[in-house]
Amino acid sequence: MLFDIVSANSAPLPSEPWWRVFYDFSSLTQSINTSLNDAMSPFWTTVTEMLIIGVLFLLFYAVVGLFLVYAERKVCAFMQNRLGPNRVGPFGIFQTIADLVKLLFVELIPIKNADSFLFNLAPFIVIIAGFMALAAIPFAMGLHAIDLNIGVLYVIAVSAMGVIGVLLAGWSSNNKYSLIGAMRSGAQIVSYELSVGLSIITIVILAGSMQLSEIVEAQRAGWFIFRGHIPAFIAFIIFLISSTAETNRGPFDLAEAESELTAGYHTEYSGIKFAFFFLAEYMNMFIVASIAATVFLGGWMPFHVGNWVGFNIIMDFIPPFFWYIGKTFFVIFLMMWFKWTFPRLRIDQLLTLEWKFLLPINLVNVLIMAFIVLMGWHF
Amino acid sequence: MEEKVKNITTDEQQEYVINMGPQHPSTHGVLRLVVSLKGEIVKNVQPHIGYIHRGIEKMCESITYPQIIHLTDRMDYLSAHINNEAVCLSVEKALEVDIPDRVKVIRTIMSELTRIQSHQLWWASFGMDLGGLTCFFYGLRDREKILDIFEETCGSRMIVSYNCPGGLMYDIHPNFQKRVKDFIKYFRKILPEYDQLLTGNVIFHERSKGIGKLSLKDAISYGITGPSGRASGFSCDVRKHEPYSAYDRIIFKEILFTEGDTYHRYVARIEEMWESMNIIEQLIDNIPDGPFAVKMKPIIKLPEGEYYQRVETARGELGVYIISDGNKNPYRVKFRSPNFVNLSVLNQIASGFKIADLVAIGGSLDLVIPDIDR
Repeated sequence: MLFDIVSANSAPLPSEPWWRVFYDFSSLTQSINTSLNDAMSPFWTTVTEMLIIGVLFLLFYAVVGLFLVYAERKVCAFMQNRLGPNRVGPFGIFQTIADLVKLLFVELIPIKNADSFLFNLAPFIVIIAGFMALAAIPFAMGLHAIDLNIGVLYVIAVSAMGVIGVLLAGWSSNNKYSLIGAMRSGAQIVSYELSVGLSIITIVILAGSMQLSEIVEAQRAGWFIFRGHIPAFIAFIIFLISSTAETNRGPFDLAEAESELTAGYHTEYSGIKFAFFFLAEYMNMFIVASIAATVFLGGWMPFHVGNWVGFNIIMDFIPPFFWYIGKTFFVIFLMMWFKWTFPRLRIDQLLTLEWKFLLPINLVNVLIMAFIVLMGWHF
Repeated sequence: MEEKVKNITTDEQQEYVINMGPQHPSTHGVLRLVVSLKGEIVKNVQPHIGYIHRGIEKMCESITYPQIIHLTDRMDYLSAHINNEAVCLSVEKALEVDIPDRVKVIRTIMSELTRIQSHQLWWASFGMDLGGLTCFFYGLRDREKILDIFEETCGSRMIVSYNCPGGLMYDIHPNFQKRVKDFIKYFRKILPEYDQLLTGNVIFHERSKGIGKLSLKDAISYGITGPSGRASGFSCDVRKHEPYSAYDRIIFKEILFTEGDTYHRYVARIEEMWESMNIIEQLIDNIPDGPFAVKMKPIIKLPEGEYYQRVETARGELGVYIISDGNKNPYRVKFRSPNFVNLSVLNQIASGFKIADLVAIGGSLDLVIPDIDR
């Protein structure tokens, strides 16, 4: 069922190069699907597949979240002349796990006069938004939970849902700082959603499809950031800026501006509920970075240079999943880099940047890209 | 309970009142600011002080003059050495003691080192106030080098207590001159890095230029001293106008700007670090030989009368006012602390700006809370 949709789109053709056959995950997913179908009715097959995918995503979410927390602490430490965590395990790699265990045992402090239902619901909304976005992302060739034909739209829409959690968290905490943080976050995400959408639309015009797997497939001849001339590059920069703003990360971390609002919308959260917000922040970063990697940097496509046959063959040896992860972490590193370098913007400057600069540039950029595609000037 | 909560959240004037502090990351201590907001815009800032009041001035009345010095460390702990110097100078002035040149020069060098390390910590925390967390570690990295020099010579890193009436507690460490010269050489290379990280940043310019303007008129009428006052064009450098220690024999310029906004308060402090390095370079090779202290009587008794001495700390003018009735304890001591006065202008310059600007303005005034409360 679910895997059927996957396999229908990426069945390898006989003329494909060896690596596209060898590294294709759809043969694996297909065989799981057929064996499950043999054993039980179609309904239970779907249920089992959903469960498997759910458990896998849960594991993936936790592992990637914990790894990103560790990575951020190491990256920021090296930018600040520090060593970072280095006590728990070799190079401190188990530090975040130790932190998580500690957070699990921390007392959940009940807040007086807080709207307890919304207060408890908010972290889950944030987490669910991240989970849903993960579903559409192509991790490798033939490795995605569901390949929607409007994948790009779906990911943008779903990842923006996280703001509801942030708003609810700030509103239900009965804390003045939290409320300011939540209001800021609302204004910020509503504004920057436009830029994220428009910068991706620039590439959608070039790719001619909104399906994420087809966008990746269209980059077989070259990544869009190289093929799309200057407009694609501008779109990439704008996407980087606005997606950072959308995930509430520095220098746009106004919703949790530490020096102004102590911790913003999650001031009142403790223990595992706080950990949810914390993990969700890193997961959102992972999701926007993987969209950037998929849409602009070719997703799981290996890096090829024109006629360098030897070089291209060596690149082909690297499995697509590592290409995808590598590109995603490159974008994540960029985002960490400017978080730890820049001071924070003020709320009015943040909105000015979006409405007076990024949005007009973006609109013009879409026009230019449409013109380039119309004239066939792209590579 | 329900009723009580309602009363707290809905103010009579329908303003959104938030308590910044006493525990808040950007008040740098236990300062409480009651901020009335309209949306994001600050309508009124009301500082509430006294959370770290220890009654230092009252305590001074029951202890002897050499003991007072150790209390002054705890006022503005970032200008500890300069505070000590102020008390020593006033006692020496009262007793009309002639201080050896060596003491004067060493005191001046130590004062300027204190000023640099204070400005480094200010730079670090100001960067953090604006959200640039990396600044904090850069600032502290370099400050550590000065603290090491202090540790070697004074035995203590921050609360040095190196002065005593009549001179210094002990002579400088043999390594002192070499280490200070090494530091100056190092810091001349490193200070442009501060500019790269923060001063040249577009976001920083947006955040600080034109924010919290303090006019010259206000600066004078409120009595804002130190770099904050000089950024508004108020020529108030005590080192220049009423030279003490060795400041009369060196050439340095008073950093003056006219704009008086957050950006220029920032630049004034960065420039002061350069200027302090110039001062140290002029003196470090010319430390005269001689005793490091004058022999004083075991029990110091000031003649009856009133004595006032002012010095330039890293934050402005510190005045020490001593009334003596001829005993070994002072009759009354009053410190004119720069931070207390500088805080008074906060409402004047911060109202009308955003809450994020309030943090930036508060940071640019460089408040040290124990000095406000004493």
